Amino acid sequence: MFEKISVILHSVSQQMVMKLKDNIYLQLFSTFFKIGSFTFGGGWAMISIIQREIVDKHHWIEEEEFLDLLAIAQSMPGILAVNISTVIGDRLRGIKGSVAAALGTILPSFIIILMIAIFLTPDTIKNDPTLTAIFKGIRPAVVALIIAPVITTAKSAGINLKTVIIPIAVALLIYSGWPVISNPVVFIVLGALGGYLYFTHRHMEQRMEEKEC
Amino acid sequence: MLTTYLRLIWAYLQIGLFGFGGGYAMLSLIQRLVVGNDWCPTITSQTFTDIVAISQMTPGPIGINSATYIGYVATGSVLGSIVATFTVVLPPFVLMLCASHFIARHQESAVIKGSFMGLRPVVVGLIASAALLLMNKENFGSTSMEVIKSVAICLASLGTVYFTKIHPILVIIAAGIIGYLIF
Repeated sequence: MFEKISVILHSVSQQMVMKLKDNIYLQLFSTFFKIGSFTFGGGWAMISIIQREIVDKHHWIEEEEFLDLLAIAQSMPGILAVNISTVIGDRLRGIKGSVAAALGTILPSFIIILMIAIFLTPDTIKNDPTLTAIFKGIRPAVVALIIAPVITTAKSAGINLKTVIIPIAVALLIYSGWPVISNPVVFIVLGALGGYLYFTHRHMEQRMEEKEC
Repeated sequence: MLTTYLRLIWAYLQIGLFGFGGGYAMLSLIQRLVVGNDWCPTITSQTFTDIVAISQMTPGPIGINSATYIGYVATGSVLGSIVATFTVVLPPFVLMLCASHFIARHQESAVIKGSFMGLRPVVVGLIASAALLLMNKENFGSTSMEVIKSVAICLASLGTVYFTKIHPILVIIAAGIIGYLIF
């Protein structure tokens, strides 16, 4: 009798675990929870981890599409990390998917900061020599996590010797800190406008050639 | 009490809506709208620098971190944290969904196709600029010994992420352990 019950319970629980594992919303949530838990240094540092998880491991989106989604996320106001997860979740499973992904990104940070606000005074963290040493090691690694996708995205963006001047100029001008011209929004507008003009121009040329034939 | 909540919501709605250009650009907005205002006397400029320091030591976007922390300190309750975090996220979330749906619907149009073709090299430049801007004293140290150690960690991490299949999360953990050992 008891054996039977335990066998039934076992199979039921296994079915539930399987169902949970197959649930795409739960997968989205847990993937972005993981990403959110290890994102030091803001949204740009997420890119390496997102690439590994979303593009390489789960194959949810292609590298090239990832770059387009990144452009959308960057051109909207708000927190970059949340924007990226929203747009990826939406592309995969619509609004429900974006809620799952955004919640996953927000929750780790929310829980950790709330614990600190309730239980710790900021000074105990700031003056802790162990934590300070650990974070001296983490910060340069985070910079590396942002350099790596520069190379990988340059490949998937199809950058060649002729177009390599665009990312270099954009990076240096933003870095310069000059007024107006160091604003990323300027380059997003110029990039979209330039791309559109080039695209339609090429289209027209192709049509002209077809007519001549 | 209610006015504190309303002011908190108003401040973080603005921060969410006008916060272009990532966490550090958002900081100046937070500073102007929250620090030294009469509705939140508990938030001083000292609290503000604390939040920045804590944000650098904990995972997560600085916009979320500051909303959670300031929401709690200003109201003295967890509800304040939830309210502030929710209001900073909601407007951009809705805008993102609209943009994403609009772009998906017009994916085949010349405007969208052409724009993204031009945007791709720009995004590569944006990521590169983020990396350049972070190569500063705060992240690489100020003494030459610190800089040498930091650059070594940075290069080793870069090689690992680029050439191996080792997960970036493991690289962060390893860098933390190495930092503990050598700093």
